[in-house]
Amino acid sequence: MLEVGAGVPERPVRLFQGRIYAGTPVGVHAADGVADGLLVPGRLQSVVELAYEFVAGMVRDNAGKEGLRYFPLVFTLFLFILMGNMLGMLPLPFGFTFTSHIIVTFTLALGVFLGVTILGFYLHGTRFLTFFVPHGAPKVMLPLLVPIEVLSYCVRPISLSVRLFCNMMAGHTMMKVFAGFIVTLFSYWAVPAIAPLAVTVALTGFEFAVAFLQAYIFTVLTCIYLHDAIHMH
Amino acid sequence: MELAAAKMIGAGLATIALFGVGIGIGNIFSTLIATVGRNPSVQQRVFPFAIIGFALVEAVALFALLIAFLILFT
Repeated sequence: MLEVGAGVPERPVRLFQGRIYAGTPVGVHAADGVADGLLVPGRLQSVVELAYEFVAGMVRDNAGKEGLRYFPLVFTLFLFILMGNMLGMLPLPFGFTFTSHIIVTFTLALGVFLGVTILGFYLHGTRFLTFFVPHGAPKVMLPLLVPIEVLSYCVRPISLSVRLFCNMMAGHTMMKVFAGFIVTLFSYWAVPAIAPLAVTVALTGFEFAVAFLQAYIFTVLTCIYLHDAIHMH
Repeated sequence: MELAAAKMIGAGLATIALFGVGIGIGNIFSTLIATVGRNPSVQQRVFPFAIIGFALVEAVALFALLIAFLILFT
């Protein structure tokens, strides 16, 4: 039913119950959902299992079998970011997208970057530095290529964090701009105001997709960086 | 007054980056459609790559947006 990296559990659900993290808002409920560890899952347990298998498949596809050791990190990241993105979509007073603040996303991305770099050096020693030398490139080009590789490696935390932050901020700004159109137009003519209202409704749906997609992208890129650190090519 | 006008123009110029982003996103999805059209069985395998490519290209547009905001509001 479920495949996990370390060891083969007798009751898979029991094991992954221990891997749900109270650090995420959903983690608390997720732990409730699998507390019984039923073979035939209930509704809440199904949701948790779905998320688990989705992320496990993602790690296996992008980081390889060895990457499954770092599954807890990736799963926590995914749930944390997904909840952060989705919280802002709630029409409630506490509906606040904390991932629309650069400090949150940058801290996450920097953690991933430092962790992956340390992992690379831990696994490969100084041989990890050869990661910056492209295979099969002519020797003459190396003085040019190596700095480019190093630079592109070093901007990873920036691109990773700015992508998430900008998507969340731009999306919500766009929604609020269109919501402002409704009010302005409504004060002149009531009937045509239905047009920006329709756009806002469509944008809300779009934002749900973006919220999920950006959480997915962040975790997929984390997996790819893990793959780079583990396999080095 | 001229500074405010220059900021507006600069922010407008920053959106030129969308030229390349439009080409990039169009390219990704046209290739995706062509690929799936030729061989529908690979859709499951190709789609995640398309989404990753889309996100990477879209990030460029958002960098441009960030620059525009920086020009306008700092």
